[in-house]
Amino acid sequence: MNYDVIAIGASWGGLEAVGTLLEGIPQQLDQAIVVAQHRTPESGRGVLASLLQRHIGRPVSEPGDKEPIEQGRVYVAPADYHLLVEDGHFAFSLDARVQFARPSIDVLFESVAAAYRDRAIGIVLTGANEDGAAGLAAIKRNGGVSIVQDPRTAARSEMPAAALAASPAAAVLPLDEIGPFLSGLCCP
Amino acid sequence: MDHLDRGEELELEQIELELLLEGIHRRYGFDFRQYAPASLRRRVRRRMDGEQVETISALQNLLLRDPAVMERLLLDLSVNVTAMFRDPTFFLSFRTNVVPVLRTYPFARLWVAGCSTGEEVYSLAILLEEAGLSDRVRIYATDINEAVIERARLGVFPLDKMQEYTQNYIRAGGTRPFSEYYVARYDGAQFGRQLIDSVVFAQHNLVSDAMFNEFNVITCRNVMIYFAQPLQEHVHGLFYDSLAMFGVLALGQKETIRFSPYESCFDELDAEERLYKKVR
Repeated sequence: MNYDVIAIGASWGGLEAVGTLLEGIPQQLDQAIVVAQHRTPESGRGVLASLLQRHIGRPVSEPGDKEPIEQGRVYVAPADYHLLVEDGHFAFSLDARVQFARPSIDVLFESVAAAYRDRAIGIVLTGANEDGAAGLAAIKRNGGVSIVQDPRTAARSEMPAAALAASPAAAVLPLDEIGPFLSGLCCP
Repeated sequence: MDHLDRGEELELEQIELELLLEGIHRRYGFDFRQYAPASLRRRVRRRMDGEQVETISALQNLLLRDPAVMERLLLDLSVNVTAMFRDPTFFLSFRTNVVPVLRTYPFARLWVAGCSTGEEVYSLAILLEEAGLSDRVRIYATDINEAVIERARLGVFPLDKMQEYTQNYIRAGGTRPFSEYYVARYDGAQFGRQLIDSVVFAQHNLVSDAMFNEFNVITCRNVMIYFAQPLQEHVHGLFYDSLAMFGVLALGQKETIRFSPYESCFDELDAEERLYKKVR
């Protein structure tokens, strides 16, 4: 099976978790990685991208509207926008917050599920709300792969627990095992 | 629909969506066929939830027969959940880079295209008032949707937003007590008559309507993100035609003039804040 996109959603405690996850991504994995991390609307432009850049060699950036999605890159949803994917490029919206969040993980994941179907992988990490649960279920329903950080290892367990409740068949893994698991999926 | 697999269901939904947009265009004249699909699907689904229908076809059935349903969908499709002085640094840059240009004209016109409920309009009206330009710069604010224009024209915003807007205003270089601009009424903040009267509100559809005036500044921030690329190019053409020479175009933080067919016609006034000047 081939995959095109790895979508990651994180909230409370996510900065550290996403960093650790990116560090564990094997070099040969060339899928585009898209991250939705909850944060305040005032969070500075490009700040999260530059923080995450310290954890991984490949380029990390906030995409622009309709920017093509390229393999081997990491994209970060900007603060106070919903980030969506369409066929081969990014799109944005200023629709209402979903579960108090913009960027919303559900919005990103549902667009990933519709555009990439069985070529999508979704990962829900630490957080203290239920965002991402519906989106991860959508990825699974469309034939993609769902992964949830083991709630017992998460800084906040509510979000991964909610994702797991909505996607009982998801792979449940601690952060350091997600990289090798992706490797097994994508480069068998 | 248990007999359909997931792929077929998605394809069916795509067909239904295209039929819906075609129906809306023929019945009501609004053309959403070139809107960016991901957000459009979400917004249509929200309307389906609101009307308590299970399929896009069922929504279409309601919508073609009941203009009230169309009005509600139009609202879903035209409201931007934004803030006054969103991106404060944009307004700082506007003060530094655009206001001096406006001062050189005896009279100037500014177009807020896709003004939705008016947050941006009043932010700019306040900025121009503080620059002493209220009498010399006329703001034209347009939107596809009459209902949101009516709301914008009222100049009333939720009172519980004022703290956030005040902070944005200060970060945007505002120097007065922000509360001078509005009066608290029940749970609403009523902005002053003088600000409201400095704006001409009108219905205008970026997709299908022609240019209607010549402008020295056009701001269209976070509106074209809802459009697919061919429609974006069309609207860039409309803006190019509507801008006077050396006029300024302002886009949203994730938008750019780069990659548009008009890129070479503009100089960057402030690339980071998405301010461009028409030079040819």
